[in-house]
Amino acid sequence: MSNTPPKPKPTMIEFRDVHKYYGEYHALRGINGTIRAGEFFSLLGPSGCGKTTLLRTIAGFEGIDSGAVLIDGKDMARVPANLRPTNMVFQSYAIFPHMSVAENVGFGLRRDPRSKAEKARAVEDALEMVGLKGYGARAAHALSGGQRQRVALARALILKPKVLLLDEPLSALDKKMREHMQVELIKLQRQVGITFVLVTHDQEEALVMSDRIAVMFEGEIAQLADPETLYRRPNSKKVADFIGTMNFIPAEVVGETGGQIEVQVKGLGRARLEAEQCPAGRGDAPVVGLRPETLTLLYPGQTTTERTVDGIIDEVIYFGDMTYYDVYLGGTDVEVRLSMRNTPGRPILEVGSKVDVAWSASALVLFR
Amino acid sequence: MKSPGLRAYAIGYLIFLYAPIALLPIFAFNDSRIIAFPLSGFTTNWFAEMWADRQLWRALQNSLIISGSTAVIATVLGVFGARASTRYAFPGKGGLVGLIMLPLVLPEMIVAMSLLVVLLAISVPLSIFTVILGHVLITTPFAVAILSSAFQSLDKSLEEAAYDLGEGPVSTFRLIILPLVAPGIISSLLICFTISLDEFIIAYFLAGADTVLSSYIYSQFRFPAKVPAMLALGTILVLVSVTLLSIAEFFRRRGIAKTGGKDTGGFL
Repeated sequence: MSNTPPKPKPTMIEFRDVHKYYGEYHALRGINGTIRAGEFFSLLGPSGCGKTTLLRTIAGFEGIDSGAVLIDGKDMARVPANLRPTNMVFQSYAIFPHMSVAENVGFGLRRDPRSKAEKARAVEDALEMVGLKGYGARAAHALSGGQRQRVALARALILKPKVLLLDEPLSALDKKMREHMQVELIKLQRQVGITFVLVTHDQEEALVMSDRIAVMFEGEIAQLADPETLYRRPNSKKVADFIGTMNFIPAEVVGETGGQIEVQVKGLGRARLEAEQCPAGRGDAPVVGLRPETLTLLYPGQTTTERTVDGIIDEVIYFGDMTYYDVYLGGTDVEVRLSMRNTPGRPILEVGSKVDVAWSASALVLFR
Repeated sequence: MKSPGLRAYAIGYLIFLYAPIALLPIFAFNDSRIIAFPLSGFTTNWFAEMWADRQLWRALQNSLIISGSTAVIATVLGVFGARASTRYAFPGKGGLVGLIMLPLVLPEMIVAMSLLVVLLAISVPLSIFTVILGHVLITTPFAVAILSSAFQSLDKSLEEAAYDLGEGPVSTFRLIILPLVAPGIISSLLICFTISLDEFIIAYFLAGADTVLSSYIYSQFRFPAKVPAMLALGTILVLVSVTLLSIAEFFRRRGIAKTGGKDTGGFL
């Protein structure tokens, strides 16, 4: 084990104040940020937030109205899509329907000076990498959704691009297949070491797959961080609301001393928060956010060192491995959702039960 | 089809539609110059008489030049029109596409008359070239309609994928777009050809001294003796038309199946 921190990876893509208009519509509103070499990066946001547009500015399918997009240090302003060191996996996969699997995968090698036999081997290797060994002769239009996606991956990766762009590649697959492909994509990315940029509207997918995530709303990056920071320390109520489940409880700031902020949280009581728990304010009415899993339901006879508050169970939602409880806190109208892992010997409680809920001030995030 | 009334209607409709056409081959092989039942015997004389008609051959030659040129020009225009209407958004697009499609419903008589007036006014001599002009006008909407369906079923990301993989616009058109819309192009060529070959009014108005097949057939009907030979010719034309349209439809459907699109109708 070495004590030196890992060297920060060099920058692969850089956005410098990128603006894009569609007529009057301001689609990208000053995008800044960097994507590092070899990282699995996700652009996450609701539909219409500009994430696909931003991806397409990297690929060169969309021009930008001001600012700059740099790939590997080079300004891409005058570089057309066919000359950029990027390849894309399209949402529809865009498999050429009139070609065989091998012709599809080898399409990008047309200008490659290697011999026919060498190219055929490269195609076979690429197919093997995505688990489609021996599929080369098949007609492309006869493939299943999952197979098409693999062909699209092989076709893009065979050119060894600096950046692989993935436009919602998993959205057309069913849930089981999607989860399977998520893991495969992560493995593939580690194996080839190429920078992956994924567009997705699925926050779970982004959390599972990415090294870092840019959360976008209305043409702006709201937060760019690693999944854990994004989940634990969202920098705004909007991001907190978009990522996972978050309880929001009205609060009042009662004092600020030495970087710490003291708040009075409705239903919970007073709490002293560290500065890192209080992202820069936007002037909204203050609320604290807390994740369901940071709250614990105390069973009769159980004790805790954490602070507790009494409550009444209003709703029980059973998920198999987990149970969600909606609980009214401390005789107020504040309702929070908390999640408990279901373990043997831990009964599912009933609606109307009086319970104690343990909570910790360190799990709170203040938005104001 | 549960109601007997509807069934009778459908059968009556089909008889009304196709019985006259069925009469063509019957009398084309009937051994009599008089077109009436009862039939008097089997003969292929009328086909032989038709075959020997030199004027007919000239008219046919003119018609083939007109139909062939019309099919090519209308299809080329159709490719541009369909590509523009399916791929690009520009102000006034709806109106423009409407204007392109308008000749589809414009009475041919009006088109023929107005073209004749204009051509005479600017003293263009009437010939098969003026017929081609008129035919291109009326067949282009068909070409645009057929090719639009071909271009529409073409996923835009296929082109982008080709760019993404290193191809330029020209090679992308050749390697991706053309093979995928080729069935539509063949279908458009065949349908425009057939429409032009069958067309009468414009050909009659604008051909000047040149004769084309349709107007020649019409002129021959004035002589009762010539009628059986024209029925023989008509029989062949029906066969050719049906064959060409079937081939066209085959290619159109295959094109849609190839690109994995859904069939949204067509002409057959």
